[in-house]
Amino acid sequence: MSAPPILEMRSITKEFPGVKALSEVSLTVMPAEVHAICGENGAGKSTLMKVLSGVYPHGTYTGEIIFRGEEVQFRDIRASEQAGIAIIHQELALIPELSITENIFLGNEIARGGRIDWAAAKLRAIDLLARVGLAEDPDTQIKHLGVGKQQLVEIAKALAKDVKLLILDEPTAALNEDDSEHLLDLIRGLKGKGITSIIISHKLNEIEEIADEITIIRDGHTIETLDVKAGGVDEDRIIRGMVGRSLESRFPDRTPHIGEVFFEVRDWTIQHPQVPERLVAKGSSFAVRRGEIVGLAGLMGAGRTELAMSVFGRSYGNYVSGTIVKDGREIVLKDVESAINHGLAYVSEDRKQLGLNLLDTIKRSIVAAKLSKIAKRGVIDDSREFGIAEDYRKQLRIKTPSVEAGVSKLSGGNQQKVVLAKWMFTDPDLLILDEPTRGIDVGAKYEIYTIIQSLAAQGKGVILISSELPELLGIADRIYTVFEGQITDDIPASEANPEALMRSMTSAKKKANA
Amino acid sequence: MSTASTPASTPPKKGGLADIRKVFGGGQSSLRQFGILGSLIVIIVIFQIWTDGLTLSPTNLINVVNQYSYILILAIGMVMVIIMGHIDLSVGSVAAFTGIIVAKSMAEWNLPWPLAIVLGLAVGAAIGAWQGFWVAFVGVPAFIVTLAGMLIFRGGNQLIGQSTTTPVPQEFGVIGAGYLPELALPLAFNVLTMLLGVLGAGWIVWNEFRLRRAQKKLGSEMAPVWVSVVKVVVLAGVLLWAAWLFATGRPGTSFPISGIILVVLVIVYSFVTNNTIFGRHIYAVGGNRLAATLSGVKDRRVDFFVMMNMSVLAALAGMIFVARSTASGPQDGNGWELDAIAAVFIGGAAVSGGIGTVIGSIVGGLVMAFLNNGLQLIGAGADVVQIIKGLVLLLAVAVDVWSKRQGGPSIFGIWSNRRKAKLESEAPVEAPAVAPTVASNESSQPSDLPR
Repeated sequence: MSAPPILEMRSITKEFPGVKALSEVSLTVMPAEVHAICGENGAGKSTLMKVLSGVYPHGTYTGEIIFRGEEVQFRDIRASEQAGIAIIHQELALIPELSITENIFLGNEIARGGRIDWAAAKLRAIDLLARVGLAEDPDTQIKHLGVGKQQLVEIAKALAKDVKLLILDEPTAALNEDDSEHLLDLIRGLKGKGITSIIISHKLNEIEEIADEITIIRDGHTIETLDVKAGGVDEDRIIRGMVGRSLESRFPDRTPHIGEVFFEVRDWTIQHPQVPERLVAKGSSFAVRRGEIVGLAGLMGAGRTELAMSVFGRSYGNYVSGTIVKDGREIVLKDVESAINHGLAYVSEDRKQLGLNLLDTIKRSIVAAKLSKIAKRGVIDDSREFGIAEDYRKQLRIKTPSVEAGVSKLSGGNQQKVVLAKWMFTDPDLLILDEPTRGIDVGAKYEIYTIIQSLAAQGKGVILISSELPELLGIADRIYTVFEGQITDDIPASEANPEALMRSMTSAKKKANA
Repeated sequence: MSTASTPASTPPKKGGLADIRKVFGGGQSSLRQFGILGSLIVIIVIFQIWTDGLTLSPTNLINVVNQYSYILILAIGMVMVIIMGHIDLSVGSVAAFTGIIVAKSMAEWNLPWPLAIVLGLAVGAAIGAWQGFWVAFVGVPAFIVTLAGMLIFRGGNQLIGQSTTTPVPQEFGVIGAGYLPELALPLAFNVLTMLLGVLGAGWIVWNEFRLRRAQKKLGSEMAPVWVSVVKVVVLAGVLLWAAWLFATGRPGTSFPISGIILVVLVIVYSFVTNNTIFGRHIYAVGGNRLAATLSGVKDRRVDFFVMMNMSVLAALAGMIFVARSTASGPQDGNGWELDAIAAVFIGGAAVSGGIGTVIGSIVGGLVMAFLNNGLQLIGAGADVVQIIKGLVLLLAVAVDVWSKRQGGPSIFGIWSNRRKAKLESEAPVEAPAVAPTVASNESSQPSDLPR
């Protein structure tokens, strides 16, 4: 390569009290390339990017950063943005109540003498939206956009700042396949216009598809940098670098023992909580057998989560019609408490917002959904609580020095195990798992799959909602597809393939299993 | 249930200091409270020296209890409100409103005083139900509901009392200005006060014994025996010494009845918040309301009862104050809400909710009380006292915010945090995860390290 690198990070070491998050990490990124950083959760990817973008200011780490030929020492994010580095975080940093235009130019307003020129800003916004391929009115409030579109607004915001280096931290984690594809196309397009991207992702198929070079980080060390163009780099190769050994199978083996139908939802119709005319579930019917893992496939916004939550004690939307039959008897679940008492469990896709109280300890989180089980006349039995938490820690291999530790201190995979433990503790007959492996690294995913399979082996029914088709095909016994609030197909996993699923997920083909 | 084949995980090592910290309840906020306890001791020692021993004299201690018990009672309710992420600005007005009704009921309707107390509590419950209704079931922010309540009940007090003072009968004074009675024994101290002190000390010894037994049974790590002995001796010693001071004051005085009420409430509410389902629900909703409701917690019900409980405690505080000052007046309870809120935040509660303890708030309240009292003893004016109280509140919360940003739970917690981190890195290496082919290589490092 002839051109000098656009970015060199040399011997970056960053310590937190008692933890060495990065040790002597080096990263070299060539101009106008897509450089991927891979590593398991907690390997140090995000920390490295926070060092680069000035979240951790100069002086809190050792080592040097050379950007566009000069050594840089960023004091804060603003300084790195001025140099042309923009970071787009996993958690989007947009203000929901403000419009697209207002968000794009927030902190970077087009103004003269302190007065904002909204007309000019709007024109620029239209131009930027066109560049990222987002067909929306720039006056639309952010809260009315889906996650995928918000992601594009974030990128437009970065482009408005004349960005040279774009850092994307798990950009497609919350996106469905369509939106992901669009985003990757956009990154490719930006590359053509000379913008360098660093992308952090757990979705290795995407990395393989888009990256020019891949740097692998493990336990705070740089392991290697792979040149994708040179060939010989595939998912297995990357995984080997990430976990330090090769991965033979991504899904554990299992022989399903499927019993009778024990849980059925019939003609389930639900209104949107704010917009009553909008039906987020339209006459959906589905059934689950004992010991069966049922997949629920659908694009973002198809209504999978809404369907699941509305069944789980009407925790979403307004109930219109439909019945739930469990063990041959009709049951009415008016609130979450009755859903839990009837043996339902719902593991949310949003672990941090809906799944856990991050201020709590592991022990207290595990028993939180059924305190009555360890209480007598309203008084909690401490030693039983500790014993139960210990049992789950061992059974699910939650990695922690103690069950008295705070859940916020755990990695994503271990947090998810705590959430699973919390719902296993309620003795459910039916577990609804909404994106249970989102944002979790490969090794922990395998463990979560094993837990799911063992639950099914105990005769429980499992509904698995996932945006990753390979995951559904690998784990589920049968897959329902959802499109615009309707169930469009019911396919045994053995007969399903990604193309067929995608077709049913994008069109109201037929009404199955009515 | 038991899978006793692998060794139990060990809770973080608890050394001497950390062990005493445990007395102030577990949870993640305890470090901060431990720091506040240190500040309280420092403040008491400084004023003890500055006032030539006046601060810890029996008369002054009795005075502090009499003067601040009602604020501390408010702090108990307020910490629960604040854990829920709410605030209650109406407590001073509710106290005054209850005070005037109770005073009138005795003065004009000749209600016997025990019935008047029941009436007062009922009034508090009714007001609390009113405010709880708006907060929980209509969804008006507690700040607004109680700001309205502050105006409504202050006005109510002045309307009923015609803006003048209404005296209360002398017997009623016992809850505000009464003391444990003297027994007819030829001893030079108040026997009942000492008896309570001895009972308390006995409880400390028994509790430590029980704790060690439980730890042994669960196989969790135990503090060395000497730590337990030192802890018990220090705590029981302090308690007995305090009891002795209260018991040997001016004849006719001993431990105040209002102090007894306070101690009982602290014990009851600590138990409720730490050991009951309702207490868990308070922390769960305050920490993450959505996650709590998806776990089957009826958040509105919790909102309602916490707001209601606050007003009942405010009514009680109002009655104690009226009893102490022998009359109910139009300016009773002015500014109490602010003292109670300050006590809670100095005691380690988080503005965003989810964090706080009853004991912490009591210690926070005592910091304010001894500061106030000490400054008065050295002759500082009310103006200076207010300025210093304001600065202390600001400083206490600023230190907390600052130290959180530095990555430790508090400056007092930094050293122990280091120790904990070291322990984490020493955590036992576990057998490879489920399948040997994909041994999870996850490090024990937190995914979201503190910024």
